[in-house]
Amino acid sequence: MILTYIEIRENKIKKASLEALSEAGRIAAELKTGSAAVLLGTGLEGFAPELHSCGAAKVYLLEGARLDRYSTQDYAAALAGLVKKLGPTAVFFSATAMGKDLAPRLAARLGVGLASDCTRVAARDGRLEFTRPIFAGKALLTFRLTSSPQVVSLRPNVFPLSSGTAAGEIIKESFEIPDSASRAEVTEILKESGAEIDVSEADVVISGGRGMKGPENFDLLREVAALMPRSAVGASRSAVDSGWIGHQHQVGQTGKTISPNLYMAFGISGAIQHLAGMSSSKVIVAVNKDPDAPIFKVADFGVVGDLFQVIPPLKEELKKLRSA
Amino acid sequence: MDILVFVKRVPDTESKIRVNREAHSIVEEGLNFILSPYDEYAMEEALRIKAAKGGRVVAVSVGRDESLVILRKCLAMGADEAVLIKDPLPETYDGLRTARIIARFVQARFAEAKLLLFGKQSVGADNSQVPSMVAELLGVGQANVVVKLEVEGDGATAYREIEGAQEKISLTLPAVISAQKGLNEPRYETLKGIMMAKKKEIPIISIEDLGFGPNDLAPRLEVLAMDEPPARKAGRVVTGEPADTARQIVEFLHNEAKVI
Repeated sequence: MILTYIEIRENKIKKASLEALSEAGRIAAELKTGSAAVLLGTGLEGFAPELHSCGAAKVYLLEGARLDRYSTQDYAAALAGLVKKLGPTAVFFSATAMGKDLAPRLAARLGVGLASDCTRVAARDGRLEFTRPIFAGKALLTFRLTSSPQVVSLRPNVFPLSSGTAAGEIIKESFEIPDSASRAEVTEILKESGAEIDVSEADVVISGGRGMKGPENFDLLREVAALMPRSAVGASRSAVDSGWIGHQHQVGQTGKTISPNLYMAFGISGAIQHLAGMSSSKVIVAVNKDPDAPIFKVADFGVVGDLFQVIPPLKEELKKLRSA
Repeated sequence: MDILVFVKRVPDTESKIRVNREAHSIVEEGLNFILSPYDEYAMEEALRIKAAKGGRVVAVSVGRDESLVILRKCLAMGADEAVLIKDPLPETYDGLRTARIIARFVQARFAEAKLLLFGKQSVGADNSQVPSMVAELLGVGQANVVVKLEVEGDGATAYREIEGAQEKISLTLPAVISAQKGLNEPRYETLKGIMMAKKKEIPIISIEDLGFGPNDLAPRLEVLAMDEPPARKAGRVVTGEPADTARQIVEFLHNEAKVI
């Protein structure tokens, strides 16, 4: 069995979790085993049908008062209990903020290696092979884990969703969670005001660099983003270091490494550390005044021109398309 | 209060990385190596906590002799001590292996440490594994990707970055914290600091000193290949009237790329 951890945020299943579950289903089929999903908390039965239709024949609900609020320690302990009981071949996570926090804690608790932030999983001779970008995508590492179960996290926005109509089974379990003197508890979630979707999860990222000239001009990018579904505003390191936009928007080696369907770079020259972070985008468009800017070497479509002159008619064209 | 900061030597982020496919490793010749940027935020935070609360800041690296350079930088920034744990293996990309070394080191030498600070990931391996694994192995709480940290008495409040929001986390010490950009603005070393750092001795301890036998730390990860990513083909580049180029962008995205 491949067991996939499903993350709920704001009462919805994270899309990235469904991507991981979809890939788990494909790999499980190759390994001739089953796919199952696990949710932690109470009152989560309602999410099961969506998981069944994404290939999970079994949906495990781990209930307990301590699991109603995310705590890495408690969640890792509960998941370890289920893993020991079920003995899955692999445990899949999505490499979201929560997945990156939880998967290593579970792996350490089980004493096994972790394949983190993978962009490819393959079954070969009954064993799993993983590929993950290293150096923010400047190189790719392919490897196997020699420990079992195989704990894996998958990069969001890389694996396609699968859909079906399969029905399945809901199984409730509960495990005793040991009390620990040293605790860490989430007491509050503070939303960024007017926060759009995160650059790591967006289908479209509209990004600006030094050529934006100042923080006020990022509104232009927000306006372009507002015309596209599931979009976010990104930035280069120099824009972030100039204080024009928060670092959580930074794309590149000391920011986020992302693979949206569309990456639009405005006034970004394309430093090596930036290209590393966005070169795995499916389609790249760049607008820059400098015809020699390195960004044009990776762009599928480039415009040599003044972004301040291109953006207003671009918005008009996007509006026309939307109303068409 | 003892504050441990775990640091790693990595290639400069401005470097182009070349791959030696036979050796499954990157080509190190010509690379400039630095203190991993996220570790620098961890180091700075430790110094600020020390300035406010007192205590001792110890910088620790697991690696080769070359890592002494980054430990000297930590001393020059203001660390009181530095320790190198010498690892006989090159990069294994196995976070649990590093975490086991660190956890054993903490238990053996700094069991009273209150804060274990890390960068949220090393720039390079990009694993984001070691801080959480150390926390689990030591049975302490954790807050990763932290952009704000307040330490008060035997507790701390950490603000951790998640997608489009922050989680406010209440911790009891000891705890593991991993630093994200935005936590602080790291200081530059002063000339005086650099001079003092040169005079300090950096003890080097081996994994045998920590009680590990020859086969105790076999990696749980077997590398099959290292490759450079497929090169992107440069596409079309146009110039012209802004209204015209804007129309061409949308036509390309809608009709050819079919992404909007």
